[in-house]
Amino acid sequence: MTPIRSASIEVAVVASALVASFAVAGLVLAVIGADPIEAFRILVYGAFGYPEAIGYTLYYATSYMFAGLAVWVALKAGIFNIGGEGQAYLGGLGAALVCLFFDGLPPILLLPLAMMSAALFGAGWAAIPGWLQARRQTHVVVTTIMFNFIAGALMTYLLNNWLLAPGGGSPETRPFAPQATMPALHDILALVGINIAHSPANLSLLVALIAVACTWTFMFRTVWGYETRVVGANPHAARYAGIDPGAVIVRTMLISGALVGLVAVNEVMGVHKRLILDFPAGAGFVGIAVALMAGESAIGLVLASLLFAALAQGSLDLVIDMPMINREIVRLIQGVLILFCGALPSLFRKPVLRLLAPRREIAAPAGAS
Amino acid sequence: MTDSMAPQTPALELVDVQKSFGAVRAVRGVSFAITRGTIHGIVGENGAGKSTLMNLVYGFHRADAGEIRVDGTARNITSPDDAIAAGIGMVHQHYMLVEPMTVLENIVLGTASSGPLARTERDAKAKLEQLMRETGLSLPLDARVADLEVGARQQVEILKALFRDAQILILDEPTSVLTPRDTERLFDALRRLRDHGRTILVITHKLEEITRLTDRVTVMRQGLVVGDVATRDVNEARLAEMMVGRPVLLRVEKGPANPGETVLELTDLSGRNFAGVSFKVRRGEIVGVAGVAGNGQSELLHAVAGLLPSSGGLAWKGEQVTRRDAAHLRALGVAHVPEDRQRDGLVQEFPAQDTAILGRHGDPALRRNGLLSRRAVRAHCEDRMRRFDVRPPDPAWPTRGFSGGNQQKLVLAREMECNPDLLLIGQPTRGVDVGAIEFIYARLIDLRDRGGAVLLVSSELDQLVSLADRILVMSGGKLIGEVAPQDATDERLGLMMGGVTAQAAAA
Repeated sequence: MTPIRSASIEVAVVASALVASFAVAGLVLAVIGADPIEAFRILVYGAFGYPEAIGYTLYYATSYMFAGLAVWVALKAGIFNIGGEGQAYLGGLGAALVCLFFDGLPPILLLPLAMMSAALFGAGWAAIPGWLQARRQTHVVVTTIMFNFIAGALMTYLLNNWLLAPGGGSPETRPFAPQATMPALHDILALVGINIAHSPANLSLLVALIAVACTWTFMFRTVWGYETRVVGANPHAARYAGIDPGAVIVRTMLISGALVGLVAVNEVMGVHKRLILDFPAGAGFVGIAVALMAGESAIGLVLASLLFAALAQGSLDLVIDMPMINREIVRLIQGVLILFCGALPSLFRKPVLRLLAPRREIAAPAGAS
Repeated sequence: MTDSMAPQTPALELVDVQKSFGAVRAVRGVSFAITRGTIHGIVGENGAGKSTLMNLVYGFHRADAGEIRVDGTARNITSPDDAIAAGIGMVHQHYMLVEPMTVLENIVLGTASSGPLARTERDAKAKLEQLMRETGLSLPLDARVADLEVGARQQVEILKALFRDAQILILDEPTSVLTPRDTERLFDALRRLRDHGRTILVITHKLEEITRLTDRVTVMRQGLVVGDVATRDVNEARLAEMMVGRPVLLRVEKGPANPGETVLELTDLSGRNFAGVSFKVRRGEIVGVAGVAGNGQSELLHAVAGLLPSSGGLAWKGEQVTRRDAAHLRALGVAHVPEDRQRDGLVQEFPAQDTAILGRHGDPALRRNGLLSRRAVRAHCEDRMRRFDVRPPDPAWPTRGFSGGNQQKLVLAREMECNPDLLLIGQPTRGVDVGAIEFIYARLIDLRDRGGAVLLVSSELDQLVSLADRILVMSGGKLIGEVAPQDATDERLGLMMGGVTAQAAAA
């Protein structure tokens, strides 16, 4: 199959899944007495309708890109890292320690150091389940979930007992020094004379886009990436080829944890400018949906991040403007999207293939013809 | 019910059947008829359209044009259910059984019948016992399928089809994983079924089986029928020529071996399923390992390849490598064509070009500026495909899209084109057609003559006798003895494979 042909099939599959999920969501809205068309309009307006909204959407998308990349990388090695939430949380600890104790350094050194620290802490937290999976066959789904809870408890303890700002009443660190924060996009663009609306979107967006490019290059253009894909697709073939699946799993979990650790760069260094309780706010889980939707495409991952970011941002307006819609309904819409776009890709693949690719039967029972 | 029909009405008749997949015309107007109560063979190279044709008859695919007649009536077969209703049963190359369930449960699975389970079971058992008497097959109906040998599993599949009253039984490559004894048992059963008036259709690559088993044979090439002859009127050479379109050398032509230095030496090597094995493999020779499946040969090959742990002496050019892994052995110059290519040798999801670098992916020649170069990877695959005539020659085509024979050629090309010092090769021609076998044999001998060492594990005795310079026989995980190919009669090898020592077998 030619690349263009398979790309057009992927686009058609995702498009039909989107249409189906909006149809089902619309049906639900109609049942509770909301006008689905109007709701959709408010949602889109709330996400992209005015400059500030776009900024917020980009801010959400930044975190989702990091979290989505992390899950995507692990999936390629055949492992399901659903511990992004906890790994991001630990990443926040890594970032905060550098930002609090090394803020005498110039930003050009301090920011990269803090980013590396965030990645390192995320990687470290992911490495333990990875090692347990690789060497003890302890299922990574179970351990990463449990590690989310351990991370939560650990961070609550640290924030309450060790990192608490002197004299502060709430469990959070003191604010970072200005040079220890990620510059906001509006501030950066103001330097070159472009004025945009103030929003939490910050330099992390650029870091996220670079991370997407680097991750794809890693996966499809390097020997390590090749080994990762072999392990994910056929562990027997990996062993035959002299690749140690255990080593690849640990390595992949390190990369995965490092990527989701960078969520902290966006949230802690870019927005909150101090370490607070529960800052990942579910980004680690949204990453699962983003990765499932992305398929084989980097652009797909960016678009999926934007989609869930738009839903997160746009639904804020929706909840205000339409009283019968509450957070739970928004969650439901999110769930429907994940169901159709992430979890059930094969549902639409078959009809689309039948429509677009009559050659599909080449994959049917392949005996010794 | 069929007895009342006129004997000249064919049991199965295909009239100008056509099927295309996109631009690929897999079956291009095929017509032939199969007489009731005969065994009919279909032969052809990989990609000749045999399996596609059978998938049409069994309802996996729908024909684009043409007619399929069963007992003279045109039938519209659009699913396996339709085929079963028309009295057609199929035994697939890969068995479709539920392993944790018993033989009986597997056989009755999906046959709708109401009433108390105990009665259903009793009725089914009675019917099956009748069928087993008829065919001479015997199976423990209450045994779990998971505990059965390969040959017995196939019998379950056959009984499954017969239980559904199949009058026409299609078998796709039925002997590819059977031992010689199981093959004989299968052939006996098929002959008895024929004598009871059923019609048997066998797809195979093995011409020797065609001449031994069938009454009539249809030869296909490139989606067309190129011959339809009574088996007694042809021989293997003629069939091979019809299949390939040119005369084929069935005999392997090779000069005497010229062994050089020892590259591999096993000293009292033990591992899973084998123990105390010692032998040497030298440059310029092909060492064959014979044995009934499950007697340790596969594990031995895996251990030598670094895929299974072993203890004892495993020396590579004098250096102990017992604890080395596959990557290390590969770097030393060991190549490995695994017995189970689907499981070990291929990544089905990958495009062919990515599968073609498996195990060689660290080669710096594939990189530009530290990154894998798509152009280099593609060129590498194109080169391998050209040298081994892999079809279609498209590096971007997904690995799973290639037929078994072409997948095997891709693996062989990958492992042989790097000029290994030692080639480990298991079941080199499983699922490969006669034209390609000739080619593969020639390449193996070529590798030997250029000073490569080959360790060949095969379940096909003919292959060992014609390729190997020395034949080692394994039984029960032990090396029973060594035979020179010129002294290796089937009887002698068979005795040794059964555990009788070389001296005793020679006597």
